Amino acid sequence: MSKGNRKYTPGRCALSAVLLTALGLILAGVPVATAQESSPVDTSVVTDSLKTVSLLPVTDVEVRDNPNDEGGTVRISWRPSTDDSLGRVALYFIYRAVAADGPFEKIGEVTAGTFSLLDGNASDDSSYYYCVVALDTKSAKAGLTPDMLVGLPTAGPVSSSAQWFNFQRINTFVACILLTTFILLMIQQAKSGKKLFIRKIAGLEAVDEAVGRATEMGRKIFYVPGTQDMDNVQTIAGVTILGRVAEMAAQYETWLQVPVSRSLVLVTAREVVKEAYSKAGRPDAYHEDQVHYLTDDQFGYAAAIDGMVVREKPATIFYMGAFYAESLILAETGNASGAIQIAGTAMPSQLPFFVASCDYTLIGEELFAASAYLSREPKLLGSLKGQDMGKALILVAIIIGTLLETFGIWDFSRLFSVID
Amino acid sequence: MRREVPLFITLIVGVVFVLQYFIPHYPFNRMNGWFSDWFSIVAAFAIWLGALNLLKISFMKIINRKSDWFYALVIILSFGLMVTVGFAGGEAYREPGTVFSWLYDHVYTPLSATMFAILAFFVASASYRAFRARNLEASLLLGAAFFVMLGRVPIGDWLTSFLPEGYRLPQLATWIMNFPQTAGQRAIMIGIALGLVSTSLRIILGIERSHLGSE
Repeated sequence: MSKGNRKYTPGRCALSAVLLTALGLILAGVPVATAQESSPVDTSVVTDSLKTVSLLPVTDVEVRDNPNDEGGTVRISWRPSTDDSLGRVALYFIYRAVAADGPFEKIGEVTAGTFSLLDGNASDDSSYYYCVVALDTKSAKAGLTPDMLVGLPTAGPVSSSAQWFNFQRINTFVACILLTTFILLMIQQAKSGKKLFIRKIAGLEAVDEAVGRATEMGRKIFYVPGTQDMDNVQTIAGVTILGRVAEMAAQYETWLQVPVSRSLVLVTAREVVKEAYSKAGRPDAYHEDQVHYLTDDQFGYAAAIDGMVVREKPATIFYMGAFYAESLILAETGNASGAIQIAGTAMPSQLPFFVASCDYTLIGEELFAASAYLSREPKLLGSLKGQDMGKALILVAIIIGTLLETFGIWDFSRLFSVID
Repeated sequence: MRREVPLFITLIVGVVFVLQYFIPHYPFNRMNGWFSDWFSIVAAFAIWLGALNLLKISFMKIINRKSDWFYALVIILSFGLMVTVGFAGGEAYREPGTVFSWLYDHVYTPLSATMFAILAFFVASASYRAFRARNLEASLLLGAAFFVMLGRVPIGDWLTSFLPEGYRLPQLATWIMNFPQTAGQRAIMIGIALGLVSTSLRIILGIERSHLGSE
């Protein structure tokens, strides 16, 4: 192993991943425990302080800053009233004040059987006191006046605060770090000249054949980059593949037509096609109107392309990007016109339609791999291998998880739960 | 510079977008909204590029009397009509009872609905091809589709009503959808997620840059 490679051994890489994770957590900052311990509520005086409304005892009211959020939220929780289990409680009223002795304002109510509430209207700059009262149906209807709350035990003070790291997403963070490390590691290996095996992808092997067919038949190639804008990764992947297809079309001197449904895609696709023609040594063959805008409307776009396919009968049609219900309308029309069709999308619900109607379909990840596969650039191929390492890790996790869950040894799946 | 500036902006925005998912603190918690607003503003200005391009191509078709120039004329007239009626209607152009609203409800909506309705016929023709039992995989697909479709209609339940509860066609259809189908779907989703992360990383780090066009 060369000296240059030594520093990227898998062991060191894993260590780096762990260190990076730890560093990330430190930089992100463990949330400061700003929640104040609450004092338990003494409910023995509650009913005595009221004349017309009977309150039922509520014990152990706790207030604390809601964790892992952007601030402005306090969590109030309490133990069930002893009357709750007897069916006497109808509602819990929750009150808030900026001073222990009030005045209190009602911030919410929950039905019996619920023992917590999130106060989402707190200000990070203020401290609050909370008071929870349980009421039966009759008392809840009668309502409470602020003076009835005087003397009731309160919990607090507490103030809300924003956190610098959402610990509910720690698993996603670790997965991102691991995957990023794998990808960067494999890119380094690919750059150092290591040969990487990439499995054959039939749909991409057929790109040459599809462009060649259009050349032989003397007909157009249609390239449809989906119906979404440039903020969608699938559209970026589609436009990237367009560059490779345009280069081949320029070499074969075949007319490539790119109808788009978004103005920003129009601008980007034009640049990409123009560069591809220059790269192929045919800048003179590029015509700006090859890439043209139709409409932003989903079905208007599908209707326009269907019309062009029926009238102009292209030899080859590519569908690469994000598609919705228009996928089958486009693909079936293309199929009926006799064109060879290659599709690629990461929309799981549209994949069956493309598989049924197109000659070749790039399924999900293959769309994202297409650019690397067609260009054979080591850096891009390296990222594919890194992706495969991530896949291997997930496979191992699935096997371990299946065994642990099947035999009831440990709730493995909770490691992968993400709370939004 | 033509590439460096977009690459730099991509790097900054990409990193910030990743960070804002993990950091709920200000200003990260607002950045997603800010960048989305900026994108909407840029896209709103860019719509004129598309509209002008559409008009230019259509006009050229008519002037050069290219084949199917009649369709280009329909595009220009429709475009002109909707824009004129929309601007003439003022701020309340979308209110019920306006000409714009009438055109929208009685021309645009039925046309869109017609295109969507065609999907039903295309599903039938695509299913016919997909479910032909040419090999083992296609036969399995055909079998699964047969049981799922039959299990989703009352006759499926009636046909297997003599079987004990839990072994009837509706339960079989549910089992196929919940287990083999979900497992396959999740495998694809995992691949897509990994591909998304990998592609995003390539774009953020500037390894993938062909979408930026010429130097």
